Amino acid sequence: MTDVDLMQGMIAQTDEGAQEMRSRSSMTASELLREVGSVLRMSEAEAAKLGEAQAGTSEDQTMIINMGPQHPSTHGVLRLMLELQGETVLRCKPVIGYLHTGMEKTGEELTFMQGGTNVTRMDYASPLNNELVFALTVEQLLGITGDIPERAVWIRMLMSELNRISSHFLFLATNGMDLGAVSMMIYGFREREEVLRFFQAVTGLRMNHNYIRPGGVAADLPPGWRDEVLRLLEIFPGRLEEYDTLLTAQPIWRERLQGVGVITAEEAVALSATGPTARASGVEWDLRRDLPYLHYDELDFDVIVGSYGDAFDRYAVRLNEIRESMRLVGQILDRMPKGDYRIQDKKITPPPRARIDESMEALIHHFKIFTEGFKVPEGEAYVAIESPRGEIGCYIASDGSAKPYRMHIRAPSFVNIQCLPHMMRNGLVADAVAIISSVDPVLGEVDR
Amino acid sequence: MSDAAAPEVQEAEAAPPPPPELFGCPFDESTGQAVVFVPLDQYAAFAKRLVDESYTMCSDLTAVDYLNLPGRRLPAHVRASGIQPERFELVLNVLSMSQHHRLRVRVQVAADATTVPSVFDQWPGTEAMEREVFDMFGITFDGHPDLSRILMPEDWDGHPLRKDYEVGSIPVQFSPDVRPVQIRSRP
Repeated sequence: MTDVDLMQGMIAQTDEGAQEMRSRSSMTASELLREVGSVLRMSEAEAAKLGEAQAGTSEDQTMIINMGPQHPSTHGVLRLMLELQGETVLRCKPVIGYLHTGMEKTGEELTFMQGGTNVTRMDYASPLNNELVFALTVEQLLGITGDIPERAVWIRMLMSELNRISSHFLFLATNGMDLGAVSMMIYGFREREEVLRFFQAVTGLRMNHNYIRPGGVAADLPPGWRDEVLRLLEIFPGRLEEYDTLLTAQPIWRERLQGVGVITAEEAVALSATGPTARASGVEWDLRRDLPYLHYDELDFDVIVGSYGDAFDRYAVRLNEIRESMRLVGQILDRMPKGDYRIQDKKITPPPRARIDESMEALIHHFKIFTEGFKVPEGEAYVAIESPRGEIGCYIASDGSAKPYRMHIRAPSFVNIQCLPHMMRNGLVADAVAIISSVDPVLGEVDR
Repeated sequence: MSDAAAPEVQEAEAAPPPPPELFGCPFDESTGQAVVFVPLDQYAAFAKRLVDESYTMCSDLTAVDYLNLPGRRLPAHVRASGIQPERFELVLNVLSMSQHHRLRVRVQVAADATTVPSVFDQWPGTEAMEREVFDMFGITFDGHPDLSRILMPEDWDGHPLRKDYEVGSIPVQFSPDVRPVQIRSRP
């Protein structure tokens, strides 16, 4: 086999056809302009300016390269096709689907009881928020949103906020690593581990907990949980101060991030970007405040908003969101009521273990719930909450059986990576890593 | 909810109230959430109208294949306005950030005419979502700039989230006794 045969065979095996970026010569000028100038409604003057900049580029001066899917800075298996002229990125196209496992199809085969184990594996850096949105949607369909015990609601908020903290610590770790601040990776993972240790004490698992379930949560908080949370609240402020010294005030860090990957507020809204990616551009939108769920409307917190929309603002927004989440956790600790941790509806939640030994009905309910699951009335509902990455939504259409007829997750990372081509245009290839990192995509959620 | 988005139900004195509608299309509430049913031929114009009415973000666009539920019923006043349930349904969740209001748009798409207009020009953020719906359901979007598969490989046969797409299993590669592929049909 000659080298040419070998190469053609390899191309045939890895070719993604129309999903890949096309060469300049195979596109018409308007198509090119649309891709480059992207997708936004530009004024004619802006479009003309962009057209001029592109007109002087011929194909023999540019090169299309693949970054990923196997690249350490793509946070998984994200593949970016970059058209480069020298070191300047002219065009960028994300090619995704390398981690697609058909989780929405799987969701149709699992009962509402089992569904949590499926959705929790999508955004594996914030599993509790995935479970929360799934549980809230099922409860919306069941019509029991108002009947969830107070303690369960507050436990959900506590876990959701702690998960936001751990997810943002993971972002700080990987963002540091991507930019060469390798010691930051160790610190970020160290702090995240503190939170995960608490999760393990509460749920039994560090990740993929299946802790928040329709009807409440799986178990009550363990003895001593309050001291553990207080310990976390005690150590984190000092650590965040260290980060400020290590990164925020550091000239190299600012050089690498400031002015890199800028996206305006209008662009962010048009591209449906949410979460820190949009807030860094000045879009004041946080579902916890603007369309409140659980009891977020009773708590006092600030929505962190950036002003330049660059990679530095996205870093700073997340760093300060950790502080806001700690404020929230502190208030949740004060407000945590006593009571039941799940709804006592035998059709939805299993009876307490002790009841099974003494009550025939309890045994039957237990058996029915775990064999065929509970039935959810016909209907459809969409519930969205603020995950660390943005708006995570769950759309369920139910046909009245124990399994969802259709289960769809609106994944914030899937939508947010549409911003990458805009952020990278006319930037340097060295900044591409900083930009991917600043959007903080989780590929498990992008591909689902 | 502001007055622009509220269903017009205040004139209840003399005549029975007119069926609730929003921007000329039947309006309903599903588990307390605002839903508007839009006929396919008005879909593109309705999307433009929504952007003008401050629904500037399309946060989600997906579809449902109702193949296994042929007898499903839409609300009475929706049927009275001439919208019949079809096999596919396009579901959009649009967001008005100024009014703090979320609205769901449901569009019926017939099984034999699965081409719908793209709303890319109204909400550029739907680019990936429309590609996903095309990939998973085989609904084509007229006017989409780059309608290719997004999650499945380019040479894949079929559209996985359709209800007549068979769920199969593949042998586990690392197992010592590899069994042949078994395709399990839906009952």
